[in-house]
Formats: sequence, C-alpha cells, structure tokens
Amino acid sequence: MIKGILGRKLGMSQVFGSGGELIPVTVIEAGPCYVIQVKDESSDGYRAVQLGFCEKKESRVNKPLKGHQDKAGKGYFYFLREIRDDSASSVKVGDEIKVKDIFDKGDVVSVTGTSKGKGFQGSVKRHGFGGLPAGHGSLIHRATGSIGASAYPGKVIKGKRMPGQMGNRRVTVRGLEVVDVRVDQNILLIKGPVPGAKGQIVILRKQEV
Amino acid sequence: MNIIENFEKSQMKADVPEIRIGDKVRVHIKIVEGNRERLQVFEGIVIARHKGNHRQTITVRKVSYGIGVERVLPVHSPIIEKIEIVSHSRVRRAKLYYLRERRGKAARMKEIW
Repeated sequence: MIKGILGRKLGMSQVFGSGGELIPVTVIEAGPCYVIQVKDESSDGYRAVQLGFCEKKESRVNKPLKGHQDKAGKGYFYFLREIRDDSASSVKVGDEIKVKDIFDKGDVVSVTGTSKGKGFQGSVKRHGFGGLPAGHGSLIHRATGSIGASAYPGKVIKGKRMPGQMGNRRVTVRGLEVVDVRVDQNILLIKGPVPGAKGQIVILRKQEV
Repeated sequence: MNIIENFEKSQMKADVPEIRIGDKVRVHIKIVEGNRERLQVFEGIVIARHKGNHRQTITVRKVSYGIGVERVLPVHSPIIEKIEIVSHSRVRRAKLYYLRERRGKAARMKEIW
C-alpha cells in the first residue's frame, strides 16, 4: 500500500488517555482519495501516485483536467496531489484509498500543509529576535539591529534574517503520533497541532520508525 | 465544525447526573497505586462548573480538618467512576467563590430537598 493520503484539517480538540490525562489532538478528515494517475520509472522517471481528494462538480472542471481525471473514472476533485511511492506497491488507477488502509493507532506521521499567513512581520515576531533595549530613553524598540560588519565583507550576507512575509508557506511537521483512527467517519486524530488553518488541505505521510 | 462537535459529544458519558451549583456531591475517583486500583470518595459542594462538551469540569470544595480543599474534576474523564448527588441547596450565584472567605456557620448552605 502507498504511504500517504490527503486530508482536511477540521480543527483541534482533546481526548482522554487511558490514565485520564487529556491529549490535545488535531481532527483531520482523511480521504477517501482516489488514484488518478500512477507514475513509474518508464513514464516519468520516478515512482509516485497521484491522488484526488474533495469532490467537485463536473461543471466546475476545465477540459484539460476533465480529460486527465476521466481516466480514473471516479469523478472530479478539487485537490490532486502526488505521493512518492518507492515501494512498488500494486495500486491501480481508480483505486479508492481510505484512511484505515494506511494508518493505525500509534503510527508516526508527518503532516504537510500551508501555514497560516501572518503578513509582513518584523524580525522580533518572525525570527524571535530580542529587540533593542527599552530603557535609558531609547526610541527604537523592535528594530532588527546591526545587519553585519562594515568594509569587510562590505555587503549583507545572503540569508540574513530580516523582516518579511511570515507564514503562508509550505510547512512539514514530522514525528507526530496517530492517537486514533475513526474508520466510519474517515477521521484521523493526530497528537498536537499541524500546520494551517481549519479547512486547510494537508498531506499525511506515514513515517517508518 | 459539526464533526468536531459530534466527536466531542461521542466521548461524553451518558450516566452523568444533572449537576447544579451548590449541590453536595460524592465523587468516586479511581486512584492507581502501583499496580492496584482503588476508589477514593471526595465529597463536597460544587462551587463552579466549566462547561464544554466532554471537557466539562466541576470544582468541588470541602473543608477537611479545618483546611479548605478544592478539586477541579473532569466530569467525563475515565478516572471518575461515579458522581452521586447528595443534596441540593438554594444558591443565587453561578460561582460560589465567596465560600472561600467564610468559615463554620457562615459557610452553611440552605438545603432544598
């Protein structure tokens, strides 16, 4: 079986552990996904499976995507994402992938999503800089400070952490634990937070321990 | 949102009695000592309730050997074996924090059935 699935972050909640402790969980609606395309060495030079998630009306699909998704014959989807699959598994185009096929309680999972956008932020918020001294009549508090030396190197080194866009980028969090799988509702409970806002699409990949 | 609501409701116990502020309750709490389990009873007055599906908690206050003891108990937690309601009392507030400043006779509650 392939090692990943697409899902939608629904929000966070808590569940009771066996000793009565509360475990924070992210509730994710994972799948069902359909295999739209299978790539291998001869066709694309690498092995991957393209999954479709979140059904879409036929009238909303443009012709190139319609032709592409018609090959699977499982309807049309808002999200098409690839999962690398080096295990040479036997999935075929049109197969249904459900969360119970992939994940079990206690599995380790990595979650990829788009983080919440914070807009253009200063270096204090964006990079955790300490800011400048607040006392002794200082008029500047949250500036970046020095960005380098003078004549040598005579330039600002590349990658210098400065203010700029924060969030709204692709983020992967690894090593999260699957707390529970609710098969009937296709719900996956993952310990702790995952990137993105509610309703955000996420790619869930199983990690080998 | 509804899915999360349903998911939280599915974790709620069905046999929890309707607890009101000012009730005297006996809460049976599971305590694990090494590898054996026993029940401890905590009896006191409900002075606050924090709602929220399965996260709901009650704050129970009792005076033990002259020392006020309060415990915040998650009503739907698996460590709570049973909650018994001993009596109700007439109260005019949702939070009975004023009981903390009262001792003895002044901290009495007027019981209704």
